[in-house]
Amino acid sequence: MTIDLKTVKHISKLSRISIDDNKAKKLSDDLNSIFKFIEKLEELDTEKIEPLTSIAETNLKLRKDEIKSKNIREDILKNSPEDNKDFFVVPKVVE
Amino acid sequence: MDKLSKENKEYLIKRNTNEYEVVIGLEVHAQVLSESKLFSTSPTKFGSEPNTQVSLVDAAFPGMLPVINEFCIKQAIKTGIGLNAKINKKSIFDRKNYFYADLPQGYQISQYKNPIVGEGTVTLDLPNGEKKIGIERLHLEQDAGKSIHDIDPNNTLVDLNRSGVALMEIVSKPDLRSLDEVNSYIKKLRSIMRYLGTCDGNMQEGSLRADVNVSVRKKGSKELGTRCEIKNVNSIKFMQMAIDYEANRQVDVIEEGGSIDQETRLFDTKKNETRSMRSKEDAHDYRYFPDPDLLPLELDENFINDIKKNIPELPDEKKKRFIEKFKLSPYEANILVSDIDTSKYFEEVSKNSDVKLATNWITGELFALLNEKNLEITESPISSKNLSKLINLIKKGTISGKIAKTIFELMSDGDKDPEKIVEEKGLKQQSDPKELEKIIDKIISENPKNVELYKSGKDKLFGFFVGQVMKSSGGKANPQLVNEILKKKLN
Amino acid sequence: MSNIIDLKLFELVEKIKKKEISSTEVTKAFIDRSQKSKKLNSYITENFENALQKAKQFDEKPDFNKKLPSIPLAVKDLFCTKNIRTTAGSKILENFIPTYESTVTQNILNEGGIIIGKLNCDEFAMGSSNETSFFGNVQNPISENLVPGGSSGGSSSALAAKLTPATIGTDTGGSIRQPASFTGTVGLKPTYGSCSRYGIVAFASSLDQAGPMTQNVKDCALMLEVISSYDNKDSTSVDFKRGQYLKDLNENIKGKKIGIPKQYRVDGMPKEIDELWKKGMKIIEDNGGEIIEINLPNTNYALPTYYIVAPAEASSNLARYDGVKYGFRSKGENLIDMYEKTRSEGFGDEVKRRIMIGTYVLSSGYYDAYYLKAQKVRRLIKNDFDEAYKKVDAILTPSTPSSAFKIGEKTNDPVSMYLNDIFTVPINLAGLPAISIPAGHDKSGYPLGLQVIGKAFDEQNILNIAYSIEKNINFKNNINDWWIN
Repeated sequence: MTIDLKTVKHISKLSRISIDDNKAKKLSDDLNSIFKFIEKLEELDTEKIEPLTSIAETNLKLRKDEIKSKNIREDILKNSPEDNKDFFVVPKVVE
Repeated sequence: MDKLSKENKEYLIKRNTNEYEVVIGLEVHAQVLSESKLFSTSPTKFGSEPNTQVSLVDAAFPGMLPVINEFCIKQAIKTGIGLNAKINKKSIFDRKNYFYADLPQGYQISQYKNPIVGEGTVTLDLPNGEKKIGIERLHLEQDAGKSIHDIDPNNTLVDLNRSGVALMEIVSKPDLRSLDEVNSYIKKLRSIMRYLGTCDGNMQEGSLRADVNVSVRKKGSKELGTRCEIKNVNSIKFMQMAIDYEANRQVDVIEEGGSIDQETRLFDTKKNETRSMRSKEDAHDYRYFPDPDLLPLELDENFINDIKKNIPELPDEKKKRFIEKFKLSPYEANILVSDIDTSKYFEEVSKNSDVKLATNWITGELFALLNEKNLEITESPISSKNLSKLINLIKKGTISGKIAKTIFELMSDGDKDPEKIVEEKGLKQQSDPKELEKIIDKIISENPKNVELYKSGKDKLFGFFVGQVMKSSGGKANPQLVNEILKKKLN
Repeated sequence: MSNIIDLKLFELVEKIKKKEISSTEVTKAFIDRSQKSKKLNSYITENFENALQKAKQFDEKPDFNKKLPSIPLAVKDLFCTKNIRTTAGSKILENFIPTYESTVTQNILNEGGIIIGKLNCDEFAMGSSNETSFFGNVQNPISENLVPGGSSGGSSSALAAKLTPATIGTDTGGSIRQPASFTGTVGLKPTYGSCSRYGIVAFASSLDQAGPMTQNVKDCALMLEVISSYDNKDSTSVDFKRGQYLKDLNENIKGKKIGIPKQYRVDGMPKEIDELWKKGMKIIEDNGGEIIEINLPNTNYALPTYYIVAPAEASSNLARYDGVKYGFRSKGENLIDMYEKTRSEGFGDEVKRRIMIGTYVLSSGYYDAYYLKAQKVRRLIKNDFDEAYKKVDAILTPSTPSSAFKIGEKTNDPVSMYLNDIFTVPINLAGLPAISIPAGHDKSGYPLGLQVIGKAFDEQNILNIAYSIEKNINFKNNINDWWIN
């Protein structure tokens, strides 16, 4: 599986990371060597194996339906890049 | 599954000689009624000041982790039971990855291939009979925050109060075929969830929203056409308008020889048309994978059975019971059960008074009053207790039906006790035959000409005599007795 | 009396409790040394003034009923510390000040500990040499221009240089154990679910685990007692009975069966590593343990599996760094432009590389071939260990395939960098506990480590075995303070 420039551009769009052509070329080379390394997995027959999604040896703990968080608007907005005491502010979405 | 009678008006789109059937599927998003959110402990109340119901988890701060709300799981199971659906003992929470300003994590925790509830059915009560609509699945997921575009001209403002509130996504099979069915389906879903207390179904506040999938096909065809999804329609009226516009649009495209592109569209409520969302080619690659911060949800039989045991009587069962026990017609039963508060009111009234009268007075006078004052039945100016009393007065013959209407009006100002009104205004019906005879004899003796005319065949004049008796008694004469006695005396 | 900074953690605790030294003296000693050691670049944020104040307050009104009574500690900058800047080694969090505390650091605070600073690390814990940090490379105190390992490079460096008596790091594919091995210190990765992940900047959720990094095994046991706890704010936290690791520490390994996985004998492994391993095996046998060869047949597939699972989870975990709520934001013409510029400028190359890998393996059409496949192989790897543990109580391997390399030596080849993790990664995939202890030196005089791997939740056992090996090896770190003028 080769990862060409077009694929790199597609992935970068999906991950919302802009990338210029030079960087894209280097990334494409890096990714290709990494994927060659990853492709080793194809040697294994795993058809009958159950995937392991969680390694935690426990059950999903269920929480009681109680309100434990107070109004912490100040804390929530404290680290916000744009100043506004009520909302998060972002550039407009082009719909 | 279609039990439509022959007289059912089909919703078809006609062009030249072609008739197109419209195939509709709905994905309803219902906000779960719970104190706290699905994976965090902040409150879910509607309408608070922006960003005052946001926890660190909701705002996706570094290191924050989800912990699931047990009650939301129970609510989903309850709803599944109400949909006659399979409850899946094992379900998995997956991340649905995409970027948007009101999605702080950059992913939504949802359920992809292993939802908590599987297939079920919902029965629609249509004018011409019942129709069963298939349910594909129900799953739990996080709601997103709100993006506000119209306060600041240059920016979008984001309020995360709603971010993380539990949603149940209920996906129907593409079994709906008309705008009426869509109306009936949404109302039924809403009714079931309100009975169960799992969602308040308030579309204005956004606790019930729907994405609509629409496709068309030539009538008689078994293949499904390509569908388009219309996102986030928040009222039944808009849903119907959107479907109608979209179905016609698709038919026009096909008639001109084109084909339908599968796409997501928005309904423009000002122009009353659907339009394509700006196509982001990657918009649909959600890269679902099981959320590694959570574990699979495994329910045991006891957990599910405890919930089953505590399910209240649902609309379909209640309807059946009303028909059997109270001998109501399906039509009447429908009206009384479709809203849980109405059914409660009705049951309270009919516990203490005549069922037939209760049915008529609630669906007639009371509904008219509520409509006029724009009130819900929970805000009724006349309590079930007092309506009961009024009905009993009619049944006992203490007052006539006509007088009752007058009293009803007087009651609606401050929920007055009808018995007191009767006392105060002296509205007791005159039912003493001796007294009535006196009045009747007087009327007869005062109108010899009309008596003669009546005896000679002018039957219509009977009404005249009744009228005179009523007038003379100030409307209080018992109409049945008046009829009986008059008949005897005049014949 | 020996220098304060040369005292072991448990000795400092004893002396403070006995009032032989004050917290102020201890705190001042480590702060002074830290201030003289800027060349190492171990710190990202110093909290010296606050720490000193806390020490003074403690001395005025001491509470000795704590496990770390007013002991100063610097911690990896991946733990969110309330009101102390937390950057994860990244520009995108350069000015982020959490309003909350991670559970692990809260545990330290509850036991009296004082946070004196935040230590450098590879950006978002992605790296094996602390060369990807936005805040610059970290020096290994062993020798100039040597990497300290990663991603907990600042931690291992500060620890080895005695700028802090102990520290905590995180380990996703070896990020505690490998730097411990490179700096001649002890590093433990607990069983997955032992330490809460709440408040730790997430890299790969199903692999990340916080753990102690100390000068010796006894200190390690003490730190583990402090930081390991059940946390209901973390759904992957396991509620099991945690041992009294320090109290029950003992070096008796008679009758213990120690497995030697034959697949860990990598081709071209330096002779010194092999000899070190044999040395460890001999110690085990000399002390009454039994060496048994075991089979972990899917070992070779661990790295490829890891390099699918970790980036996949990371690509999703790092989606929240979007410039909207906190952190760095670049100006954009519209929302998407803002996202793209913010993330492109805010993240370093290695992070971007891994996000891309992760996005790709999860993307439409590739999920089955990569992510799902990797999760299946992960189960095979876990099964291998489960099988092996039917025959043995613990497993002994080298920690790393070589000693520390020079700064810049491997940065152009990601794959060769990834191979550093070859002995440590399978353990994260299986969720098992493992400890690295310094066991010898290579011909350049650089430290080499041995790794003891245990059964799930069996930290006591591996601590004991490590304790035994430590006593028998009597390792000495040759550090000559070259960075101090």
